[in-house]
Amino acid sequence: MRIPGLGNAADNPKHATPGDDPEHHPRARDGRAPNVMRIGEWVPMRQHRDEEEVDFAIVGTGAGGGTLACRLAEGGLSVVAFDAGPYFRPLEDFASDESHQSKLYWTDERIVDGENPLQMGSNNSGKAVGGSTVHYAMVALRFRPEWFKARTLMGYGADWPLDWREMWRYYDQVEDDLKISGPVNYPWGPHRRRYHRRAHEINAAAKVLARGAEAMGIGWTPTPLATVSAPHGDAPPCVYRGFCTLGCSTNAKQSVLVSYLPRALKAGAEIRDLAMVGRIETRNGRATGVHYFREGRWRFQRAKNVVVAGYAIETPRLLLNSANQEFPDGLANSSGLVGKNLMVQGNQAVWGVFDEEIRSYKGPPSLAISEHWNYDDKGHGPFTKDFFGGYSYMSQGPLPQLWANTQASAHGLWGEALVAEMQRYNHVAGLKVVSEYMPQERNRVTLADVKDQYGLPVARITYSWCDNDKALNRHALKFMREALSAAGGREVWDQVDDTCHLNGTARMGDDPRSSVVDADCRSWDIPNLYVCDGSVFPTVGGVNPSLTIQAVALRTADRILARRR
Amino acid sequence: MRSRLDLYPGYDVLAKRDGPSWNAKTREVLEERLAIGPETRRFFNDIEWSTMTALAERIVPQPADRGDPVPVAALVDHKLATDTRDGYRNAELPEERDAWRLGLRALDSEARARFGARFHELGAWAQDELLKLAEKGDLTGAVWEGMPSKLFFHQRILADVVKAYYAHPTAWNEIGWGGPASPRGYVRMDFDRRDPWEAAEAKPGREDEAYQENLRVGR
Repeated sequence: MRIPGLGNAADNPKHATPGDDPEHHPRARDGRAPNVMRIGEWVPMRQHRDEEEVDFAIVGTGAGGGTLACRLAEGGLSVVAFDAGPYFRPLEDFASDESHQSKLYWTDERIVDGENPLQMGSNNSGKAVGGSTVHYAMVALRFRPEWFKARTLMGYGADWPLDWREMWRYYDQVEDDLKISGPVNYPWGPHRRRYHRRAHEINAAAKVLARGAEAMGIGWTPTPLATVSAPHGDAPPCVYRGFCTLGCSTNAKQSVLVSYLPRALKAGAEIRDLAMVGRIETRNGRATGVHYFREGRWRFQRAKNVVVAGYAIETPRLLLNSANQEFPDGLANSSGLVGKNLMVQGNQAVWGVFDEEIRSYKGPPSLAISEHWNYDDKGHGPFTKDFFGGYSYMSQGPLPQLWANTQASAHGLWGEALVAEMQRYNHVAGLKVVSEYMPQERNRVTLADVKDQYGLPVARITYSWCDNDKALNRHALKFMREALSAAGGREVWDQVDDTCHLNGTARMGDDPRSSVVDADCRSWDIPNLYVCDGSVFPTVGGVNPSLTIQAVALRTADRILARRR
Repeated sequence: MRSRLDLYPGYDVLAKRDGPSWNAKTREVLEERLAIGPETRRFFNDIEWSTMTALAERIVPQPADRGDPVPVAALVDHKLATDTRDGYRNAELPEERDAWRLGLRALDSEARARFGARFHELGAWAQDELLKLAEKGDLTGAVWEGMPSKLFFHQRILADVVKAYYAHPTAWNEIGWGGPASPRGYVRMDFDRRDPWEAAEAKPGREDEAYQENLRVGR
């Protein structure tokens, strides 16, 4: 049996290629790209000259761009996918170390303000081939069907121009591609096909969630996760090392880096790592290609179509930075909505101390979930719902740096109080929400005066909670507090200010006046310019967005290919 | 207040270094970190350094009898020297390096103004008084050049110093974390279960048992 991480190059750096530094020198070049599943091996890669007008230039290789690149290439189109980040080989490059693995994050400068300034640069921002999926928590959930018509059916936010039944088929497809490990019966939502792998064994932290949910009389389940519980190709089953959000070093995790991108390469797509796209060029109302910085110089790739898939900060930043004489307010911005309606999700938590040893660092961090409050619209008694939208909550497994930082920044501990409290690390369990914040135009991405290392204006990110967000926060914290106490948690405290995920800054819709792209992710203003990532979400729902981003990307690919036939 | 205990007697996460819980990359990364000694310094100047070391001792105090203390100030220096950034900053804060230089200078200056001595010359009580004022944003002298002391305390001091300390194996030993875990991972997931390669917690009256178990984690 081949044990990833043991033997030859991965265990003996002397066998590594001299000068091989993925953070400074591109790996995808000279007709080959890393074979991320095998130590030291390569796969052939088709390459295009800058002067060659390729069918699609895709900016970003994460959940949106990477998934789309794969399907377009498999459909026979010529594709070049750019990523500003490195092309990592997980088996060789990923350490079991929180500090070191921050290399997966987008840590270029960004300015935050507003009444509730966001924390960026870690859980919500990836800079690597594969995007944020390289460090995501792998929680693979479908939207509640009604959310696609939130305005019409539930009275808030905006409707999606998509039909949930069509999305259900694309969810099936992503779940099949990623071999999601999940429970035999998922308790919420309409009928769905069974998951492809058995659910993972749950850890003590997840059993705390289960105890609490049962005491409160609501449902819970092992979380459907995009890390395999049984082998899949070269991917071995998860070994429960617990570093999922810092990069999986065994390839059990089905990030885009190890799932769709190897397929994309095989189908003839080219991937350019360490390639920062700074501007999209237009002529006569059409996109003509992208200006990108790679290997020390600016270059221009010609393309028949351009897709922006940089996630909800970099996508509007690029569209705004591409302003020119034809489009002085930025590309695709006749509605004025590029950068607006930024939506994060609430990520508040409650934490408590238990008599038992929990050791929540073992296993994927969120092994159990309750989606009860995504499907119960009324509530009752002290938990009557006084807000729109819903939330799920999950068990947690913070590693020491994250936990210490939480104790310091959110619990206010430092000095002897901090180091003593940290000694209870192995006895702590917590519950954390992923909750639905409302779209608001005042929450937005604009360009700051500050410039980055490429000479491009950086993003200024403005965020403030509305009354509905605050009411939801209160409900979720109160409910989780009771649930954690009922599970045996003592000294329960609230972490009130944390958020996750980025969506909504180039929303899709049926009307060019109130949306940036149509149902096919095609911009209303420039017919050969697409946006394909979380930016297109009109609302965010109360679940992690990646599965929906990927389902939308699969649909977008089908629509593009159908139009060409 | 709770006090620090010898909760995982004899546990040394580094004992697992050559076993199946550490891959080559992890060994390389930790080797580099452990090469940073208490006097390794590239970013801070002499004046900043004395303030920084005193500050670190207040935020993450270490036992006086610890033979080889975690070089917290040097780890923060390393972060700044390598310009490893968080990826965002509040609009009211300067860039990370500038914020640190300004903040340390301001803290020192506030120490002189209020207590007549430099920050590192003060006793722990006076140092903590100053830090509590910064924590609340109550240090507002012209020396801060408009940077809110509250933001500096929470987003620079706490974030950088605390993360530096808990990036060190000595801190991992103190809290009984399993440490690096690739490719072996873990097997026993339930309440009150530990794999033989995890730290054993000292239960009252059975400290020796934990000590013996902890000597075996590297085998």
